[in-house]
Amino acid sequence: MITLLFFAGVKETIGSEAIRIDGKQQTIAQIKEYLLHTYPTLSLQGVMVAVNEEFALDEDIVEGNDTVAFIPPVSGG
Amino acid sequence: MSFEIVDHPINIQTVIDKVIRRNAGAVTTFIGTVREMTEGKKTLSLTYEAYIPMAMKKLEQIGEEVKGKWDDIEMAISHRIGKLEISDVAVVIAVSTPHRKDAYEANQYAIERIKEIVPIWKKEHWETGEEWIGNQKGTKMYVNGKPSEEDLH
Repeated sequence: MITLLFFAGVKETIGSEAIRIDGKQQTIAQIKEYLLHTYPTLSLQGVMVAVNEEFALDEDIVEGNDTVAFIPPVSGG
Repeated sequence: MSFEIVDHPINIQTVIDKVIRRNAGAVTTFIGTVREMTEGKKTLSLTYEAYIPMAMKKLEQIGEEVKGKWDDIEMAISHRIGKLEISDVAVVIAVSTPHRKDAYEANQYAIERIKEIVPIWKKEHWETGEEWIGNQKGTKMYVNGKPSEEDLH
């Protein structure tokens, strides 16, 4: 299973801080497409993705047991 | 180098003490506090949220970056999460170096990088509503939908 983590506004739109999806190989772009289809009010504009706590790009491939975090524009400090 | 994310008030002196050492001639301290007025809008309180394991990794990355840029440097960063009131301390960065110029520069570098790569978010609570900050002026926005090479490494 691939674990998806959500934060800040993305978490509020999805209504959950984490969900699990089928664990086969797929790109980040495909996961984004799935989320946008499942949650029609979701916007991922400006949202970065991190795989296993490192920033990743749309074409990167995610495998089973990976943790994929959706990182809205950060505002710490 | 010492980094922490805490859910209680930060003791500023404790952060400073982590970088005090015999070869330091300068310690700069940045204290980020909760501001009441932003562009005419009155903030009542803030809520900070972090992706803690990744935030710790990114703070450590900033530590490696400053070590690569400035010789003989010590740095400590404490960032608070949870609900903060006006004037509460959200972040403390202490840097010590042999000479003052490096301590100033490295400290500023660290806060700018926090605002770019560390997954911590704040939500502003106003009398009229609330909003997660991040797409307004003054915060990082990946206009091309992805970070630059520098952000990634």
